[in-house]
Amino acid sequence: MSLLSVENLSLSIRGKPILKEVDFRLEPGRITGLVGESGSGKSLTALSIMQLLPSGSRATGSIRFNGQELLDAGEETMCALRGDDIGMVFQEPMTALNPLKTIGEQVAEGIRIHAGASDREAQERAAAILDRVGLPRERFPLSRFPHELSGGQRQRVVIAMACAMRPKLLIADEPTTALDVLVQARILELLRELVAEDNMAMLFISHDLGVVAELADDIVVMRRGEVKEAGPAVTVLKNRKHPYTAQLAEASSHIPAQSKPWHSEACDAPLLAVENLICEYPGHRMSLFAKSPPFRAVDDVSFEMQDGEILGLVGESGCGKSTLSRAILGLMRPVSGKILSKGEVLNTPEIIDTKGIVHLAQAVFQDPYGSFNPRHTAERLVAEPLFLDRIASRTEKRGRVVEALESVGLAADDLGKYPHEFSGGQRQRLAIARAIVNHPRLIVADEPVSALDVSIRAQILDLIVELRERKGLAWLFISHDLSVVHALCDTVMVMQHGKIVEAGPARPLYAAPKQAYTKELISAAPDLDAALKSRLKSAKPERMKK
Amino acid sequence: MTGQRSDTGERLPEAGSEPVGLARRLLASRAFLIGAIITLVILAMALISFLWTPYDVTKLVIANRLKPPSPSHLFGTDHFGRDIFSMIMVGSRNSIAVALVAVGIGMAIGVPLGAWAAAKRGIADDILMRTNDLIFAFPSILSAVMITAIFGPGAINAIIAIGIFNIPVFARLTRGGALSLWTREFVLAARVSGKGAARISIEHILPNITNLLIVQGTIQFSLGILAEAALSYVGLGAQPPMPSWGRMLFEAQTMMAIAPHMAIFPGLAIILTVLGLNLMGDGLRDALDPRLRETK
Amino acid sequence: MSYFLFRRLLSLLLTLLLATIVIFAVLEIVPGDPARLMLGINATEDAVAALREQLGLNQPLLTRYFSWIGGLLQGDLGRSFTYSSSVGELIGERIWVSLPLALLALTLSTVIAVPVGLYAAARRGRASDTAIMAATQFGIAIPNFWFALLLVYLFAIVLRWVPAGGFPGWEAGIWPALKALALPAIALALPQAAILSRIARSALIEVLGEDFIRTARAKGLTRSQTLWHHALRNALIPVVTIMGLQFAFLLAGTIIIENVFYLPGLGRLVFQAITQHDLPVVQGTVLLLVASVVLTNFLVDLVYAWIDPRLRKTAQ
Repeated sequence: MSLLSVENLSLSIRGKPILKEVDFRLEPGRITGLVGESGSGKSLTALSIMQLLPSGSRATGSIRFNGQELLDAGEETMCALRGDDIGMVFQEPMTALNPLKTIGEQVAEGIRIHAGASDREAQERAAAILDRVGLPRERFPLSRFPHELSGGQRQRVVIAMACAMRPKLLIADEPTTALDVLVQARILELLRELVAEDNMAMLFISHDLGVVAELADDIVVMRRGEVKEAGPAVTVLKNRKHPYTAQLAEASSHIPAQSKPWHSEACDAPLLAVENLICEYPGHRMSLFAKSPPFRAVDDVSFEMQDGEILGLVGESGCGKSTLSRAILGLMRPVSGKILSKGEVLNTPEIIDTKGIVHLAQAVFQDPYGSFNPRHTAERLVAEPLFLDRIASRTEKRGRVVEALESVGLAADDLGKYPHEFSGGQRQRLAIARAIVNHPRLIVADEPVSALDVSIRAQILDLIVELRERKGLAWLFISHDLSVVHALCDTVMVMQHGKIVEAGPARPLYAAPKQAYTKELISAAPDLDAALKSRLKSAKPERMKK
Repeated sequence: MTGQRSDTGERLPEAGSEPVGLARRLLASRAFLIGAIITLVILAMALISFLWTPYDVTKLVIANRLKPPSPSHLFGTDHFGRDIFSMIMVGSRNSIAVALVAVGIGMAIGVPLGAWAAAKRGIADDILMRTNDLIFAFPSILSAVMITAIFGPGAINAIIAIGIFNIPVFARLTRGGALSLWTREFVLAARVSGKGAARISIEHILPNITNLLIVQGTIQFSLGILAEAALSYVGLGAQPPMPSWGRMLFEAQTMMAIAPHMAIFPGLAIILTVLGLNLMGDGLRDALDPRLRETK
Repeated sequence: MSYFLFRRLLSLLLTLLLATIVIFAVLEIVPGDPARLMLGINATEDAVAALREQLGLNQPLLTRYFSWIGGLLQGDLGRSFTYSSSVGELIGERIWVSLPLALLALTLSTVIAVPVGLYAAARRGRASDTAIMAATQFGIAIPNFWFALLLVYLFAIVLRWVPAGGFPGWEAGIWPALKALALPAIALALPQAAILSRIARSALIEVLGEDFIRTARAKGLTRSQTLWHHALRNALIPVVTIMGLQFAFLLAGTIIIENVFYLPGLGRLVFQAITQHDLPVVQGTVLLLVASVVLTNFLVDLVYAWIDPRLRKTAQ
């Protein structure tokens, strides 16, 4: 008998169907990856198991845990199961903990309830489990508050809470999505160990096929509330029998087609030259007389970009990559250093040549929802960068906007639409249309695909390459995702603590990174093909033994 | 924070901005409809009072004094024999005018100040916030006391006292809304297009906080009605012979034992007006902000 | 002391300083000569000049401001123009009516509002919640002095349970004094309770939607355990903010309510002072009320720091 069997699970919320006849089983000691794009219903499947669905939900079918039916179990039964036999880890570690209680209290609380332990006993056990998840008492006393911990440390606390009672089933809903790759790798390692130690079953929910390919024994692929395919992870991901699985897998390791490889014509003055740039944020006031020293976000950075180059800038959050992009766009004044284009000075501590910058570079941002004023039409939104050109004629302006829309795959019909009438992928196209409308030569794109589903991400990557080939546009592509940068960029710069630690052509850099930090980043980055390859290799000897 | 959000965490699209959807949601909101009807009735009453009232409120008919409500005097008469219904009609002008102008003062000064502080940050922001703290330290009754001490009592003083108190309310609201908008990507995109702080404030910031301002405006309007009534009641607002609701309550106080109707009806008029405005404000807020509606 | 509180303390002192300047300046531009007002129309020029000299009105502006401030720091608020006593004494007598009244009203409003608001939040969307919300909607719209008139009519005139007004003084004993303050306190408290209960309800509803509540439920806590152990304390933060604002409002509200009940508090004092152009009394009373508003805000900050560990960080 399986530990958990979900049969024919259908769910509707306020009459709206969410899940349709979902079936899968979880076995002790095995990790099952539940993958799908946004709207696939993977999180709500997990919440159905926990019976923590939003109000107005109606679930039918069956969820049996250890032989017990959960769908008609009472609240009391569920409270006894939750946190004891079934633990759950959530996506956002920053908000998952109560800010007013110490981590010790929060971990001990579950132990007290389920084990009926005394306060002291519960504290002792909390300390032990926190130690197990990598928060030893000497460095992280139980009296710490959540705000005193980093995101990764907070996620460890949440894992400690979920695993405090050594559950039979652990549900992890995108537990590493909000974390940097290095932290992600360590958290995944911890989860894998915990599963092995206690022979737990784990349901691991993720949008990232690379992560699932590395971690999971079995896989369930969901789309729009239905299970499309399920089976052993390596087999399913290798054979890609179901067309949707194939589409997802191809999109996750998509490499945009290029008609000819790009190579620099170094004879020209560079399109963009950054010289010894230093950017700082003022320190916080600590008392009346003392201020903390300013935070140096960009520390003596120099580099050059040529026409038509796609330059990838990678690094963990807080490494200074966004600050660097803002300085290039003239949104912040550097403390020292300069930014030049074709020999002309654009940005120094003394001058910001707004006009020059606007005509050189435009920007595309991460959030396809937040990058548009919701009250303006597409026409007005896209025309915004033409502001400094003072185009008086309406028809000329409209012509420019239509040209931009058409080059990103939108149509003139879209002129009168408002942002909310576009889908997420279309909005990112709209953002690119706005960026190219005044014919800049460089686009600074800050995480432009990280909020997008993989299939849409692949289309946007294709568009980026296409625009480079058609218009000779250069891209400064900022990302935390090394596999995307690998697939797209000609050259790569790795940034850490405000400094460029390694830079060079993409292929050699990935094949043979020189710096330890780059090596670490590359090996930590989940990659579908690499993961499959290594797992197939390690699986083969086993088969021969049989 | 980078990375994709899971399907439950997906952000709501920017609803509340499309005019058609807004009108539909407003008409579907019972709170808004009831509130809007009450407010319109009160406004109509104030306007009609310029042309017609059942009785002349300036004529004193001592023979008719302290009559309880009857078909000829719906709400009865006061100690000078004046018709209370007519006085409530005329008094509504004063309440509405004072509250409306006070909201106008608060918005006209507070909104630009708040937008300016959010755009400039730094010292401008500090000065504004300290000034706000200072004004908040003077409840409007205290400003009214001081202003009256200088200029003597009158409706204008009430307007100024309430208006001054409204300034920091709107300045703070505008600043808060604007500060969060300034970090939004669409504002960054406008800056990348070379637009300056003033233009961005007008094109992108203010239009996106009008919702907040309208809702706060109705709240301050209703608070203004209450404050005006209180000031007139203690003699710091409208002066006789100008009828005002607060003044009517003051005059009713000594007659409580023999003519409680003199107090009841003006009070009900105040309650109805404030209730109408508040319901309208709640309905507007829910219709404009889908996130709030969900948590309700 | 944490840096947060240190900064709040600085801002408190700054606000107080600015408030003294404003109050002094405003009352400085009052038209009319106080000396002439005090002596009446028939006074001789010599007498007026002598009184001006005696009151220090001939000194330059700054000197007078600093001597006023100097007096304030020593607890000297100046002398009343109309009463033959110091402003400090006058206020000292009256504050024992206004302050207990405001505190009583605040306590009453909190005791009613917080449970009601939390109950409504816990039963969100059900009939009892809807009924409570409708009642509070009315409560907010009621002017407190009108409510006071109705209470007087009902309890003093119709039922004759309490006197219609006046204050026997604390020397008459605690019970008679409290009895005289009961109706005014209720009149002040109920409309405020309506506001506070709505705040408490929406604060709790918002907290119940937070991620950490879901985490707590996933740990196996029941709904009520989650409510008591995780939601309430977080929901307190906005409630405390509004309570702070309400205290200021109630103190100012006593000025008005005292008129309904003929209570000899600060309100009566300040209105008499206005009609008699007794500037030092107006100045002193306004300053006292402003100071108490500012001080209350600081107390609210102290409570914040006590509730929220994120503000307790000390400067390092």
